[in-house]
Amino acid sequence: MSVIAFAKNWNGKFKNSTFELVSYTKALANQLNTNMVVLSIGEVAEEELKLLGNYGADKVLTVSDPQLNTLTSRAYADIVAKAADSVGAEVIVLSDNNSGKAIAPRVSVKLKAGLVAAVQELPVSLEPFVVKKRVFSGKAFGHVQIKSDKKILTIAKNCFGLVKNPCDITIEEFAVDIDTNLFKVKIVEEEEQKDKVILSDADVVVSAGRGMRSPENWAPVEELAEVLGAATACSRPVSDEGWRGHEEHVGQTGKVIAPNLYIAAGISGAIQHVAGISRSKCIVAINTDPEAPIFSVADYGIVGDVMDVLPRLTEAFRNSKS
Amino acid sequence: MKILVCISNVPDTTTKVKFKEGDSLFDDSGVQWIINPWDELALTRAMELKEDAGNSVNEICVIHVGGASADATLRKALAIGADKAVRIDACPADAYHVAGQIAEYLKENPFDIIFSGIESSDYNGSSVGAMIAEFMDYPGISSVTSVNLDDDDIQVNRAIPGGKQVIKTETPFVAVVQKGIANEPRIPSMRGIMMARKKPLEVKPAAELEVLTESIKFELPQEKGACKMIDSESTEQLVDLLKNEAKVL
Ligand SMILES: Cc1cc2nc3c(=O)[nH]c(=O)nc-3n(C[C@H](O)[C@H](O)[C@H](O)COP(=O)(O)OP(=O)(O)OC[C@H]3O[C@@H](n4cnc5c(N)ncnc54)[C@H](O)[C@@H]3O)c2cc1C
Repeated sequence: MSVIAFAKNWNGKFKNSTFELVSYTKALANQLNTNMVVLSIGEVAEEELKLLGNYGADKVLTVSDPQLNTLTSRAYADIVAKAADSVGAEVIVLSDNNSGKAIAPRVSVKLKAGLVAAVQELPVSLEPFVVKKRVFSGKAFGHVQIKSDKKILTIAKNCFGLVKNPCDITIEEFAVDIDTNLFKVKIVEEEEQKDKVILSDADVVVSAGRGMRSPENWAPVEELAEVLGAATACSRPVSDEGWRGHEEHVGQTGKVIAPNLYIAAGISGAIQHVAGISRSKCIVAINTDPEAPIFSVADYGIVGDVMDVLPRLTEAFRNSKS
Repeated sequence: MKILVCISNVPDTTTKVKFKEGDSLFDDSGVQWIINPWDELALTRAMELKEDAGNSVNEICVIHVGGASADATLRKALAIGADKAVRIDACPADAYHVAGQIAEYLKENPFDIIFSGIESSDYNGSSVGAMIAEFMDYPGISSVTSVNLDDDDIQVNRAIPGGKQVIKTETPFVAVVQKGIANEPRIPSMRGIMMARKKPLEVKPAAELEVLTESIKFELPQEKGACKMIDSESTEQLVDLLKNEAKVL
């Protein structure tokens, strides 16, 4: 028996969420009194793989075929399932991100292994195996029992944190036949903004709503984000109106994020908006209306006009840095 | 070309959730049911593809796994414009079970494009679409923000962190869709509602399939403490609190 974590890389690099995944899986292995194996797919330099050892990984399997440098969910799922079988894994753990959402369900079908997505913490009990997850878009938590022998979890971002646990690491190539039939979707073009902070990874997010009144008024939002090294986000009507791109929309029907700090400027705090931000560690609200529902979910609030408060807040952050 | 749109029947997004029987079951008394928001957008996009005469889409079918209480939601999908609805009469126990039922239907009734939403807003499982693809051994594309057809040439955009990929695929395939796939969900017209009454809503028996997971208990999140209000002149104080009290900077 063992547990296996799939450590996704982005252009050969891991993210903090990968290290959180390894930290979580190590703790789970300890809870189950077993060992952990980490699987990496695609080309990743040895130096980068060694970083996994800082969070408790002592054994890494890697499939470093360059064909696998971009995610092909079918081929990845095939490899994850084979690796899990080869190490006799009872539990397979992935991150709850785009790739985890694409791969985990396929592995579940392949191995007939019960899957619970976006788990919040270590299992509540091992016999029976029960995990806790967010349900009803954050309005409640559900305790879900996995009945199958093999189990798959995807873990929600920022649910566990990073746990340093330096280990001597061995890196092994995992030999597997790659079925080229599984590459039927072809990526013909790829665009990536390299200079922007990515919303789903950001520790700090500055978000703005209809209270900004017009798309021309976004400069104070962007300036504050810049000073904080934050990503920018928005409410749904703002992206529906085309004031900002869809990729910035947070909430029930947009992105669900869990930054350390979420600053909501001119956002009323409708229940569907809150569904996407309620896992933030700290929420700051700026709104002219003292009765706005956002204040009932915020930790700190300022009643005031965004056009007036945002520049002042930017200034205060700037001063505190120098 | 035929499009199948998977429909989840979920509580209205403003529902105050309650539980019953010792917090082991969702209490659905007084709940308004709606088409899962992403599924509604998927259906809207399917309609747009069919209406554009340049495309070869000739049938849109919606499918749901669940009891008769979802029929009103399926009628709404027909009123929006689906040609046909299918309900597999099974308890939607978990994603594996739901996807397996839909796959059984697909084996007898092939489609070219299968749309599923990125998640269902009740149990937030985000797995059904990719599971269908695996059961059927079809290609699947996740995080889909647009689907375009040019005759039989299919182009799909997929969101990646900080960017997008443009993807070409063969049919049949599963697209797991999210925000961007269509702008505004369609609202049924009077004529649509009238026509929906005459459209077929087939009820199929459930296939024998395993259930791998079970929700056994629910709990509500802890109440949040009161919001600390800061004077709009005192932004330095806020910065100080974020650093030294909340410790988030
Ligand atoms: C099925 C469904 C799904 C939805 N999903 C989402 C979702 O994912 N995300 C989402 O955000 N919404 C979602 N919504 C919409 C949601 O219900 C709200 O309509 C939306 O969040 C409101 O956006 P807002 O706060 O920007 O605008 P408003 O509600 O118009 O609020 C603007 C706020 O700005 C304040 N304000 C105005 N002027 C100023 C000023 N000068 N300075 C400071 N404050 C000012 C006002 O007091 C007000 O509180 C969904 C709705 C439905 C029905």
